[in-house]
Amino acid sequence: MISQVIFFCLLIFALLFFAKNAGRIYRNIKLGKAENRSDRPTERLKIMTLVAFGQKKMFKKPLPALLHLFVYVGFCIINIEMLEIVIDGVFGTHRVFSFMGSFYNFLIFAFEWLALAVLLSCAVFFVRRNMLHIYRFGGRELLKWPKTDANIILITEILLMAAFLGMNAADYKLQMLGHAPYHLAGAFPVSQYLAIILPDSAQTLVAIERACWWFHIVGVLAFLNYLPLSKHLHILLAFPNTYFSKLAPKGKFENMPSVTAEVKAMLDPTLPAPTAEISRFGVKDVQDLTWKNLLDAYTCTECGRCTAACPANITGKLLSPRKIMMDTRDRLEEVGINIDKNKVFQEDNKSLIDDYITREEIWACTTCNACVEQCPVNINPLEIIMGLRQYAIMEESKGPASVTAMFTNLENNGAPWKYAQADRANWTNT
Amino acid sequence: MESTFHIPTAAEMLANGETPDLLFWVGCAGSFDERAQRITRDICKILNHVGIKYAILGTEEGCTGDPAKRAGNEFVFQMQAMMNIQILEGYAIKKIVTACPHCFNTIKNEYPNLGGHFEVIHHTQLIQSLIDEGKLRPADGHAFQGKRITYHDPCYLGRANEVYEAPRKVLETLDADLIELKRCKSNGLCCGAGGAQMFKEPEPGNKDINMERTEDIIASKASIVAAACPFCMTMLRDGVKLKEKEAEIQVLDIAEITARANKL
Ligand code: SF4
Ligand code: SF4
Repeated sequence: MISQVIFFCLLIFALLFFAKNAGRIYRNIKLGKAENRSDRPTERLKIMTLVAFGQKKMFKKPLPALLHLFVYVGFCIINIEMLEIVIDGVFGTHRVFSFMGSFYNFLIFAFEWLALAVLLSCAVFFVRRNMLHIYRFGGRELLKWPKTDANIILITEILLMAAFLGMNAADYKLQMLGHAPYHLAGAFPVSQYLAIILPDSAQTLVAIERACWWFHIVGVLAFLNYLPLSKHLHILLAFPNTYFSKLAPKGKFENMPSVTAEVKAMLDPTLPAPTAEISRFGVKDVQDLTWKNLLDAYTCTECGRCTAACPANITGKLLSPRKIMMDTRDRLEEVGINIDKNKVFQEDNKSLIDDYITREEIWACTTCNACVEQCPVNINPLEIIMGLRQYAIMEESKGPASVTAMFTNLENNGAPWKYAQADRANWTNT
Repeated sequence: MESTFHIPTAAEMLANGETPDLLFWVGCAGSFDERAQRITRDICKILNHVGIKYAILGTEEGCTGDPAKRAGNEFVFQMQAMMNIQILEGYAIKKIVTACPHCFNTIKNEYPNLGGHFEVIHHTQLIQSLIDEGKLRPADGHAFQGKRITYHDPCYLGRANEVYEAPRKVLETLDADLIELKRCKSNGLCCGAGGAQMFKEPEPGNKDINMERTEDIIASKASIVAAACPFCMTMLRDGVKLKEKEAEIQVLDIAEITARANKL
């Protein structure tokens, strides 16, 4: 009874705490500017099904894709097991779903294999990430906390799966001993071998079974609340993020309507000049980004596939699209904390540009879309880079001198080079 | 090189009471860059050969605004775009072929929102359809027989607009030895010129992007690398030159290859 009460309180606390953090993230994302990403729902559902459920883009690299698939499928399916654990915990039952008989045996059988697959995959991931020199796991943006974060996730998953198998092993042995309430239920293709090394005393076995049970469930609840602080949030946000993907061709950059009005008035003097626009051109800080850019930032898994394909990064330039996403998230978190503290955002004399992302980074981008193509969860770092460039050029008139000269040529000669418009068709006579 | 045929402008056609079926959008590089001008002329040769009723805008054409837009100057971009749209509409242009993937992308994707609705194709797509219609086929004993040829995907044609097959189709008609670069199609590597990089010094790093790309080409052991973008042309040629491989590796545009293979 006591344990039921403790369990119940823990569960409610964990869920409420998670809801609070989820609410805060939702609020932060809503700080972004409006953008319509809900047209063509069928197409969007299709993309979400392929990219998020189906892991389509992961399979550009087969080995990590397969290991990731194990972890992903294992995670989804073991959640069914979690349901049983929660019911058992609240009502003090044991293996409440076992009335399903042979189907239950099959479920436990499958869970065991999956748990082993998850455990091994995470172990391989851990070795790959920490001991092999893989380009995308390098990079200065991954040094401190992000590296720890990734390792915490992997170790936690390994421990959770080990606890799950340990729990089953003890349970299996107790079932064999006929110790109440451990009635015969489930099939244990993996943990039956673990059972061999367990002691024979029923009392110790019960202790092990309970300890693993508690470790597993408390671990999962803790993990749930770790998500909002971590890159691991992608396991939830990958779904909405792919649903709200950009559907236009990658090369299409949106036009700014506020500029259109002004340019129209400039070209046609009979049109009235637009009434004073107060809004800012381009992106100085996270509030100038769209909510989708901000959702992108929270969804980023820091996998570095974008960076490993970025021509600027490969050739040693400062730009790393992954860092662009991580900086955006860090700044957004900072702005969120500021709002939590002061009710409304208090100017802190910081901005996404310069304090987080430098000019050198944004000017190194060739707008090649390699990052966008690679991202397994359809994140678009290029939109953020473009927004920052627009701010630098249109609000501050600050850009590389040769770029400003190019603008002048365009305005004067209709070409980016210093050639006269009248000479444009000279090639026809040579 | 003397053009043996006349290249009509939309203005001339209008004066004769005609409208072109196809407008050839030459682009700034194709108009002013000496190397790209050769591609421009080859495209005209192809158009002339198959008898399409086409025209250019000549001195009335202006930059599409692509470099301004990618560099963040929306004002200059929209200014250029609207002037171009006005001119194109003035000549009742419906269909456009471009010689540059940047022009192609901009007119196709960014002009509609500013009121410019045209059917836009890239010259590699035009050539593909001419091949499909049987209007172009390599002459016997053409210059590319048995050559080892590879193709470099321009970002603004490939990833940006998913045109991967058209240029390859052209190469497939040659009886040459075709190979793919290590990074190709959607995984292709940028030449380093897009996003207004063409007009500025690269940021400091270990090497320039075109050198990285040239190394892919050298590794492929191709003797000809086909390009489909005047910017890629410049970057790859510079790379080949700096690697002192000019004697072994030729950079040619898909249009040039087509013109030569068809002995135009
Ligand atoms: S679009 Fe820019 S950031 Fe993305 S891969 Fe290309 S150069 Fe890198
Ligand atoms: S933006 Fe996408 S590809 Fe890049 S690190 Fe984040 S999740 Fe990975």
